[in-house]
Parts: sequence; C-alpha cells; structure tokens
Amino acid sequence: MGSRVVQSSVRLASALGRGLGGGGGGVAVARGGGGTDRRRGLASEAAQQRRDSEKRVGSGDIRVDLLNPFELHRLHDGPATDVFTSKEELMQMYMDMTVLRRMELAADMLFKSQQIRGFCHLYDGQEAISVGMEAALTYEDSVLTAYRDHGIFLGRGGTTFEAFSELMGKKTGCAIGKGGSMHLYKRENNYYGGWGIVGTSGPLGTGLAFALKYQKKPNVAVAIYGDGAANQGQLYEAQNCAALWDLPVIYLVENNHYGMGTAEWRASKKATFFDRLSYIPGIKVDGMDAFSVKAAMLFAKEHCVAGKGPIVVECDTYRYHGHSMSDPGSTYRSRDEVQGFRKERDPIERIRNIILKEELSTAEELKKLDKQVRREVEEEAAKAREAPQPEEHELFSNIYRLDTGLVTYGCDRKDTIKLP
Amino acid sequence: MALSQGIMAVSVPAAALLSASSSYSAARVQTASSSLPALGSRRGLAVRASSAEQSANFGPSSQKLWTPKITTNAVAAKQEAAASTGAKGPGHELLLYEALREGLEEEMERDPHVCVMGEDVGHYGGSYKVTKGFAEKFGDWRLLDTPIAENSFTGMAVGAAMTGLRPVIEGMNMGFLLLAYNQISNNCGMLHYTSGGQFTIPCVIRGPGGVGRQLGAEHSQRLESYFQSVPGLQMVACSTPYNAKGLMKAAIRSNNPVILFEHVLLYNLKETIPDEDYVCCLEEAEMVRPGKDITILTYSRMRHYVLQAAKTLVNKGYDPEIIDIRSLKPFDMFTIGNSVKKTHKVLIVEECMRTGGIGASLRAAIMENFFDYLDAPIGCLSSQDVPTPYSGPLEELTVVQPHQIITAVENLLAK
Repeated sequence: MGSRVVQSSVRLASALGRGLGGGGGGVAVARGGGGTDRRRGLASEAAQQRRDSEKRVGSGDIRVDLLNPFELHRLHDGPATDVFTSKEELMQMYMDMTVLRRMELAADMLFKSQQIRGFCHLYDGQEAISVGMEAALTYEDSVLTAYRDHGIFLGRGGTTFEAFSELMGKKTGCAIGKGGSMHLYKRENNYYGGWGIVGTSGPLGTGLAFALKYQKKPNVAVAIYGDGAANQGQLYEAQNCAALWDLPVIYLVENNHYGMGTAEWRASKKATFFDRLSYIPGIKVDGMDAFSVKAAMLFAKEHCVAGKGPIVVECDTYRYHGHSMSDPGSTYRSRDEVQGFRKERDPIERIRNIILKEELSTAEELKKLDKQVRREVEEEAAKAREAPQPEEHELFSNIYRLDTGLVTYGCDRKDTIKLP
Repeated sequence: MALSQGIMAVSVPAAALLSASSSYSAARVQTASSSLPALGSRRGLAVRASSAEQSANFGPSSQKLWTPKITTNAVAAKQEAAASTGAKGPGHELLLYEALREGLEEEMERDPHVCVMGEDVGHYGGSYKVTKGFAEKFGDWRLLDTPIAENSFTGMAVGAAMTGLRPVIEGMNMGFLLLAYNQISNNCGMLHYTSGGQFTIPCVIRGPGGVGRQLGAEHSQRLESYFQSVPGLQMVACSTPYNAKGLMKAAIRSNNPVILFEHVLLYNLKETIPDEDYVCCLEEAEMVRPGKDITILTYSRMRHYVLQAAKTLVNKGYDPEIIDIRSLKPFDMFTIGNSVKKTHKVLIVEECMRTGGIGASLRAAIMENFFDYLDAPIGCLSSQDVPTPYSGPLEELTVVQPHQIITAVENLLAK
C-alpha cells in the first residue's frame, strides 16, 4: 500500500499530501480543478447533453460510476458525471474515511467511559462529505460548520491527537481544552470551527465569503449546516445577502434527515433544501458517495469563483449514531433503517468495493489496513488521555487580546491572578 | 420641560458645560496589579497634568495625547472658545457626529481592512450622518448597505473579522442589536476564548442608544446593561466630541470586540478638538471636574446633566468630583478608587435601569474594593424599571433629572 508517515499524530493522508497551510504537493492526490473537458459553441439540447457527458473530473484511468444522478435547481448544466480516479486517490480516500470512522468510534468509547463529557456529536456515516469536499478544495478556501465538526476538523488537516485532546479538555487540544467537542478550530488551514448554536454557520460563513471577495481572493467559503438548521431565519437573511452581493459561498447542507429526534418531514413543510430559494441555484447530491460530493463541490467552486454568486449543495447522508452521545438514536428511527444504510450505502464500503472490483488490493490487505488505523488512532487517544490539563491561568487567558492590562480575580475576589 | 431642553439645543458650546476638561491618569494602564498607589504620590492637579504630558505613550496606541488646560471652577468665568490651550494648533470646532465621522474616516484611510456594515450607511450616508460621503470615497464594499437583517449581518461581520477584516457594525438604533444578541454574545465575545486564542474578533459595534425625545419604548433602549456580563466584550460610552473621536479610533485599533455606545441626543454637541492625531484609552475614565466632597460617577448623556447640576452645587458651596467613567467594561477602578479614597462618598448617575444596570455592577465593585473608605452608602440614580413611555412628562419621570442629582448630593453630604 505504501507507508503513511505518522509524524507526531495521525492526520488524514490528504492533509499530509497537501501540507499545512495549503502549499505542498507531491502526493498524487486528485485535487480540485482536474480536467473538465467542455466543447464550446453549440447551443442545442442534444449538444448540451453531449457536453454534460463529456465533462470529466479527476485524473487517472479508473472510471467510477456515480450511484445516483444529480438533481439540479436553477442550473442549466450540472456537475461532471464522468468521474475518473486513480489507485492513489482511492486508497487515500479509503484510508481517510477509515481514520474518521475510527476516531468517532474511539470517541464513543471515551464518552462512555466519561473521558469526554458534555456533548459529543459523532460524524460516522457522513465521512464521504468531509473527504469528498476536501478533494475539491484547497486550504486557501474557508470552511465553517456547526457542532458535528470532528470529521471536518480532520478533513482540514487537524490531527487526531489535537482532536482527542480537545474532546478530553486537555491543554494539548486545538483550543487548549477550552472549547470542547463543538469548538474545534484550525486557523492556519482556514477552518473556522466548530459552533454550538444551530444556524450560526449561515451568517458566519457568509461573512467569510464577504472577506474573500473584499480581499479579491479566488477562493470559496463553505458554510455547512444541517436539515434542522435549514429553517432558521438568519439563514435566509444570510442567503439573501450572499445572493445580493454575489458572494462566493457554498451552502453545504448535510441532510441526515433528522434534526435530533425530529424527522425532516415533521420539521419542514418542504423537506428539500437545495431548491428552497428561487434566486440561489442548488444541487442535490448523494452524500454517501465521496465521488459525487467531489464532483458537485468542484462544480460549485467553479460557479462561485466565476462570480456567479452563492450555490446550495444538499448532500443526502446519514448518521449512524444518534444526534449526540446523549441520544441513543433509536427512539425515532428503526434499527432496520440504520442497518439498511450500513449495508446498502455505507461510504467506506463503497470505496472498498471499487478497490476490490478493480483489484487494486485484496480483502486481507484492507483488513490489515483497518487494524493498523485502529491501532494508531487508539494510540493517539491514549496519548491524549495522558496529556496534561490546562493550567489555572488559562481560565482567564484569551478573554481579551492582552492589550488591556486586565486584572482578574478569583471567585472570592481576594486572590489576584496575574496573566502571564 | 425647561430642564430637559438644556442638552438638546443644537450646537451647545461644550466649553460652557464642561468645567475641567479631560486629564489622564498616566500610570494606571501600565500596571496589571491590583494595588493602587497611595494618595500621597499624587500631589495635586499640577502634577497630574504634567505627568500626563510626560508619559504620553501608553494604552493600545502610542499616539501623543492632548493635555488640555484644567480649570477648577464649575462655571466657566468667561466663554472660553477653546478648552484647547496646550494643543499644538488652534483646534477645530465640530459636532459630535462629525467627530465620530472624522475618527472613522481617519481609520479607514489608515487601514484598508476597516469596513463599515449597517443599514443605510452607504448611499444614504448613515441615519445620523456619521458615514456621510464615505460611500463615494471608499466604495460600496467598504460601506456595505445591508438589508434589514441584524442577526445575519452581525454574524457576517464576525465571520469576516475572523479572517482579519476590521468591520464596524452600525446598529441604526442600539435596540435593534437585540436581534443580534446571539451573534454578539456567543460568537463575537466568546470566540477568542473557545478557540484557545486562535481567532480574534477585532470588530466595533456602535450605534445610538439611550432615551431620546419621545421615541417610544422600543427605540429608547439602554443595551449596556444587557451586554455587560458577556465575557470578552469591551464596552465604552462616548459623551463629548473629543472622546467620541478618540474612542472610535481606539475601538477600531483594538483587537478585541468593542461596543461603542453613542447617545441619540448628543450627536449635535459642539466642541473644539485638536487638529493632530489622537486616541483615547479604552479602559480609562475621564476626570471631568476634580473636587473633594463627593465622587459623582457618570457616563454618556448623564454627564451633561451632572455638569448642569454641578453649577448649582458649586454655587451652593459644594465641591463635587465628577468622573465620566467612559469605560463600562472593564471599569477603571484605578481612577474611581483614587477618587473614593479622597472623597469617601459616591453617587452614581446613570441612564440604565435600576435593575441590573451599569450602576448596579459599579456599586458592587466599589463596595467590594473600597468599603473601608466609604463614609456613606453608595448612592445610585438610575432610570425607572419601566418601558420608556411616549408622553413627554412621563418620559422625564423615567430618566434622572438634574434637580434629582442636586438633591441626592445634598442628602449624601448631609450624612
């Protein structure tokens, strides 16, 4: 398979290849912008269909059949349907999704043994979105999501050690243990978190896009929210602003069909999210297929960078765990439904099947890989468990930037805690 | 009615209202310890003025500060056109909203990351003319006319600030920012902490608030009491053209989120301000009138009511020390404490409601730190805990009036 360098911590292979901060390269990762091949000048419908079928994405000679077609809203042509990939990309996707899955399962165990407290929203089942999206973007693009952020954090180049540390409230966490599960950030890779309140990703993500356009950068901002957040008023406000000023923002809806315990059809009059606004185009994507997500995000990025304004990408996905670790996830959905998704539409299984079909690897090797990943992720979790707690002065640090001469007191107002 | 008219006349020369102009306690900002220097180290006003001149480099900016001449009488002996002696040039006279505009314009010219977002700030020029002419000069991206969507445009500004822009968010009326409370409290205030220091939000949230002239309950809000317990925010209130421009510039330059509270009725206050570049310290209180009998702590519009009351008090033979606290969060306990140690009596005059207002917090803070220096309970005059009524006489009754200030001072000094 090729050795994967484990530096100080487990990081997604895509992140290693890309390097921190968006530079780097070297690993044959099929990155964003790969060969779309469009003929020009013909206006007829047939020509249009021919055009669509000639659009191709990805470098490599392995052809991938997308499982489900894209549904388009207010778009004349959609994402490429000819998807090609290579062995490296497939193995990397497989590896990355396995790391994500393993991390979430490890977090589950840690929560049950009370090493992680508070709220813990797990991403397993939705790995294809993170991996597919990152295959289409660079670290110069900005990403912002809500509280189900472990997968996105790793996709943006965060290490499992940083993530576990933050989940366990340790000093070595990405937010020095002061944020917790819902507040993972990685500034150098333009990952803006990690937010607890449903719907805030709309306005904040729109602000990221505003800054990109203000600074004339050829990049996009991705604002991720779920089916539960789609009915927030602030989202409509933000989307109106984005459309008004042609801001380069992709609204990525992770539709896992349940807003905690409420099914989408019980919360929304119209349970589709890509076609809610007549003035913002949208694409509906099979969110359990990383290649569909990748093709859609490439198309969306091209759309935004060309200055055509915002676009909604609705990913039809599923979460295996409940809403959070406090929710068993079985009171509002049947076991058959969950098992059905695992059997029929699991994102990792899909990649595994392609790998096995193309005979790029054997089942035993993949199993060995799984074991290796599991061992490494659990090692990182153990390391994070041993990491130190934040020091007392951290209680009062980072409230302000230290330019105020702030003096702080203990609870009884008698001790003065000097900020370092 | 006559009393309430006093402040509202257009182009009131501030010099007539101001007794002593601002002076600055230099050393306070440097020390991060809680011990306050003994009174003996300050020999009086002359020393204070010169020590301010000497230590000009402090606070978030290192601009040289303007040291005005300090007059000790409450009532100006004659109309001094400039309390600006000591400044380099003659200074120039302008209204408070023009001072805000000047400060904002200078900062926008200085740093291309500064941008303004709000309703009608661009083509319309701002509902209180603070950004008049800016859209032609700086363009539509830097003067963003937003739809009426406070929640989302405040959130947008926070998102943009995370990447390094320095947005100035204008609430057309401070009360409308209640719709953006989630953004200001959870996202703006707390992000530096919850991200472990990775992100700062160098934004300024500003707008007019306070009780106006029969604007009705929803347009007469005092939001400083709602935001004061949000950690991570800084709050300042301006009251004169001089400190309006200085605080605006300091707020924009600060890397923390700052809420700048302006007052609807003070926009037309006139004063002569220096020509040269200056910045006020965000965490510092302003000594308006030194005295020895009682410390009166106030801010924003109430400062002018206090000064009006002070004229009568001085004529009656009292010697009040008037401090415009300016910094609502954090309180300048250094200046306030020194004053309490000197006078031993405190009266707080504020426009916030009695329950949970700035006065309530300030009272607790002074009691906690300076109990041994107090000879009487801390007095606090605040607005009534009622929605501000539309009717004129009723509105007057909700807000503190100068005659009530006089009575309160007399009662406290009789103890």
